[in-house]
Amino acid sequence: MSEPALRVSGLEVAYGGVAAVRGLSLEVAESEIVGLIGPNGAGKSTTLHAIMGLVPARGGDIALAGESIRGRAPESIARSGVALVPEGRRLFGELTVRENLELGFAAARGRDELAFVYDLFPVLRDFGKRQAGTLSGGQQQQLAIARALVARPSVLLLDEPSLGLAPTIVDLVFATLEAIRVRGLAILLVEQRAQRTVALADRTHVLANGELRLTLTRDDAADTDRMIAAYLS
Amino acid sequence: MSDFLRTAVELQVQADAIGLGAIFALMAVGIGLVFGVLRLVNFAYGQLIMAGGFALAFASERGWPVAVGIALCLVVVLALSLAMERVVFRPLRGQSPAVMLTATFAVAFLLQSIALIWFGPLGKTAVSLAQLNRPVSVGDVEIRKITIVAIVTAAVCLALLVLLLNRTSIGLHMRAAAMDFSTARLVGVRASLVSAVAVLLSGILAAVVAVLLTVQFPTVTPTYALRETILVLAGVVVGGMTRLVSATLGGFAIGYVSGVLAAALPSGQSQYLPSFVFGLVILVLLLRPGGVFTRGAGTVERV
Repeated sequence: MSEPALRVSGLEVAYGGVAAVRGLSLEVAESEIVGLIGPNGAGKSTTLHAIMGLVPARGGDIALAGESIRGRAPESIARSGVALVPEGRRLFGELTVRENLELGFAAARGRDELAFVYDLFPVLRDFGKRQAGTLSGGQQQQLAIARALVARPSVLLLDEPSLGLAPTIVDLVFATLEAIRVRGLAILLVEQRAQRTVALADRTHVLANGELRLTLTRDDAADTDRMIAAYLS
Repeated sequence: MSDFLRTAVELQVQADAIGLGAIFALMAVGIGLVFGVLRLVNFAYGQLIMAGGFALAFASERGWPVAVGIALCLVVVLALSLAMERVVFRPLRGQSPAVMLTATFAVAFLLQSIALIWFGPLGKTAVSLAQLNRPVSVGDVEIRKITIVAIVTAAVCLALLVLLLNRTSIGLHMRAAAMDFSTARLVGVRASLVSAVAVLLSGILAAVVAVLLTVQFPTVTPTYALRETILVLAGVVVGGMTRLVSATLGGFAIGYVSGVLAAALPSGQSQYLPSFVFGLVILVLLLRPGGVFTRGAGTVERV
């Protein structure tokens, strides 16, 4: 069997002396969505940051299709095919929508084209010349996802993409993830909306205190007791 | 007082002041570019110009053609800029502004001391382009050729820079890095490339300034361009450090004001020029700490 698009094995991350992620292992294969849920401070964002090279891993390994990327700089990891849609979006508010998208080309490994993200998010074509900072929250989230996608990554990391968005936009974000997975993307989704994540993802890991506590499947989405127990365990 | 005003509005004085402002604007861009990307105030910028000046003097004393002198100046300044970036700026990236400022102070005085050992306190003379100090008649006004050359050169350099920043992908990467370096890296912008390009462009501008400045002040000493650098740094801070446009306008403004004051102050009082200029700087900073040419009250970020 070939190596998964993303494999995290025995990941250890600490801030100062405090362990934030302990011995975490997970895999995301092509065309797979894996959810990561858990209470605040469980280490979900830290895991994404460690994969992206924004915080150093103290132990364990992170590999793309079998090749280790641990210890590399963020721009090098981005150029190897990992894209992060960060929490709070972190767009360049003073640059135009189009310039933000063109920045996504910085890590692109192939043809520079925007047509497919315009198909996913038509509003970005219409507002191409606007400053990104003037868009609504939902439009900014679409731009943040599109900026990650123009790089044509093999692994897409999303950090709470539905945070603070109106319900219709949340629907759009989840529908988009469903639509782009068939392109062969490996998607690792960190979310607060546990039930929706469990329903969407192929499997969902519950993280607490930096450790993987439990793995849920789609069938568990309806099982409220199991979800609550997962959080309280 | 009326003499002062009459002199100040004379066209020759105005032309010379604009010419000096243009040179200062180029220096401000050179300092502002590096500050934007690296968040580092390069106090050693004047020593780059000084090194370029010595390169021009070296060529001039040997009677080499003007083009060779300018090429040597460019090579020396660029080599020195890239060495500074590699040895000092890049390893210190992300350190506190105080650490980086102190480091560039050290570089500045190191280069100055080396120049003192190599060339002595009296320095050398660069005269290859001295004929540019001759005037030409524009209408009934006599303007020195160097003034026109300085204004045109500055305009061309700034226009090219604007094109580079706004029309190329490396320009977009530099603008993004200046706004938010860590997010820029996250989307794949190469940190070492953008900082090297910023330093390189800043070095090219320093070489251009060295050529323009040595025409007007041909005696190159180890402290060459030091006073100008301090004035430009003041202008950049007064204009607004965080934006290239406001920093450039600040540089131009302080050059222009110095030019007018230098001509209009009675000859016996020209030693008061720095006091006037810096008194004005303090006053402006008290009124608009975020910069004169920035929008709103504008606080200085990340400094």
